Amino acid sequence: MEDFLSEFPELSRETLRFIKKGFDASYRAFSREYGDAIEAVFDPVLYFLVWFEKLLQNSPWPIVLICFLAVIYFGSRKISVTIGSLFAFLLIGIFGMWEDTMSTVSIIGVCTMLSIGIGIPVGVLMAKSERAQRICTPILDVMQTMPSFVYLIPVVMLLGIGKIPGLLAVVIYAIPPIIRLTNLGIREVDREVLEAADAFGANPRQKLFQVQLPLALPTIFAGINQTIMMALAMVVIASMIGVKGLGQPVLKAITNQYFAMGLFNGLAIVALAIIFDRVSQSFGHRIQQHRSGSRE
Amino acid sequence: MSEIKIQIKNLYKIFGKNPESALEQVKDGVNKDELLEKHNHVLGLKDINLDIKEKSIQVVMGLSGSGKSTLIRHINRLIEPTDGSVVVDGEDVLKMNDENLRNFRRTKTAMVFQRFALLPHKTVLENTMFGLHIQNIDEKDANTRARRWIDRVGLSGYEEKYPQHLSGGMQQRVGLARALTNDGEILLMDEAFSALDPLIRKDMQDILLELQDELHKTVVFITHDLDEALKIGDRIAILKDGIMDQEGIPADILLSPKTQYVKDFVEDVNRARVIKAKHIMSKLNGQDRDNAMFVDQDDFIDRFIDKVISDKPNCLIIKNKNNDEIGYLSTKRLSEILKR
Repeated sequence: MEDFLSEFPELSRETLRFIKKGFDASYRAFSREYGDAIEAVFDPVLYFLVWFEKLLQNSPWPIVLICFLAVIYFGSRKISVTIGSLFAFLLIGIFGMWEDTMSTVSIIGVCTMLSIGIGIPVGVLMAKSERAQRICTPILDVMQTMPSFVYLIPVVMLLGIGKIPGLLAVVIYAIPPIIRLTNLGIREVDREVLEAADAFGANPRQKLFQVQLPLALPTIFAGINQTIMMALAMVVIASMIGVKGLGQPVLKAITNQYFAMGLFNGLAIVALAIIFDRVSQSFGHRIQQHRSGSRE
Repeated sequence: MSEIKIQIKNLYKIFGKNPESALEQVKDGVNKDELLEKHNHVLGLKDINLDIKEKSIQVVMGLSGSGKSTLIRHINRLIEPTDGSVVVDGEDVLKMNDENLRNFRRTKTAMVFQRFALLPHKTVLENTMFGLHIQNIDEKDANTRARRWIDRVGLSGYEEKYPQHLSGGMQQRVGLARALTNDGEILLMDEAFSALDPLIRKDMQDILLELQDELHKTVVFITHDLDEALKIGDRIAILKDGIMDQEGIPADILLSPKTQYVKDFVEDVNRARVIKAKHIMSKLNGQDRDNAMFVDQDDFIDRFIDKVISDKPNCLIIKNKNNDEIGYLSTKRLSEILKR
């Protein structure tokens, strides 16, 4: 009796090992069987990612920088943000982190596009169907709270080490906010406006594209912003499984206790994060100007 | 005289988990409170019968919770009834499939909402074109039609503004322009002017009446305001707790309220401003017409009461637009009506 109370009645070590081994073995068998096929599915993404990375790294740096600044200016329409970005990129280059930064920008870019491409349709589905929402919500909860290292394991087992598993890990980690906020944004659309769309005979597609998505756009944009930030945070962790970029020197710095190296690369990530955040936020504000009352 | 445009027959609406079983209870005579208490269902509408004439303004009046907004949403089937039928131009709206229903909503009806329900991300012009975009009408045509109605409701110059930059009254003009641009024969107005300031509300009522003079739409107008109902309604239906208490022309409702509820409602109304000569005249039947005064059939009492007092006629003769004598009103009857 005393034993029972002091020690939690757990499975015997044998049984536990059997369960874990069995689980691992069957997953390994699954990945041996389908790993190549699944990898083949991601080939186009891989080609695009490699092409994009090479483009950024091999083009002359002034041209890349000018392109970046142009995107930043037209995204934010703010001189201050553009000049700040110029200095940030110059410092990054001077401190020898240009190539790694280009890698990181390319993977963040591709991850963001993938997240938007998958996340918005899933969010729309969740908003339209209660059942989809019931199924997706717990999955999203798991994706957001599961320690990211844990789902690196099956991804690596399935696809090995490299760009695509890293990309997958980043997308899995970064996609929940955009799904959740798309769902929220659509569900928050004023009931009376929807009723008006119905009363004028809009079909479900017209309702989605002319009413629900445009009205949800500011919320969706908050989701995109979150997704970019989370992708940046995940880049360091993903470097453990071979994603190139600013994460790798950070990882090296941790294992070898190179404080300065870690700090420089860390600051480069921070600089990227701030630039992405300012640009996407001011872009988000601009597209909802009609709400505020003042127009430029 | 004129055709019936919308025919609502034995319409029931019950909100709750199992409306069919609750419907039987209601038909067996269970009332609203009992239904809510014992069966946990809300009685929305009970046995509504209403024939709405073509080219007239039918007002549905009631306090909040009376089911008036529920009733208007049955006409374009934004709400499915529990039982009954809604027939528009001989076609049962409730039997339409999705495609037909959308076409019906696109071409036959247009709706104006209490809180405007404009699209905040579209300009006034784009909002006005909304119905036409839904119908995939080509851009140039839609643009011309929309601009015409924006002008007609007095909003020219504001085409490129966003709804947030306009006052409530102007926003509702956009709502009205959007509905009129759709060019349906039926205009559904759900408390369209209730959210507006009294002065602006009066303006909007005048605009509506002026437009109606020219457009002759079949208008169903929901309101909780008796003055508004009397001012614009050709006929008024009064709802209470989902039941129709009385339906008729404004003068009938004022002069012979059927229930205590209606009586309470109409008690404080200034009759002189609501009742027209034609409502209270009797037939011309060789009455003594010494010292008679002539009055137009559409004049309200307060238009000619001063003249009656100063000229002291013995009786009034009512004339129509062609100047034919059509009715007779004694001064005694007139003073009875005003004294109530």
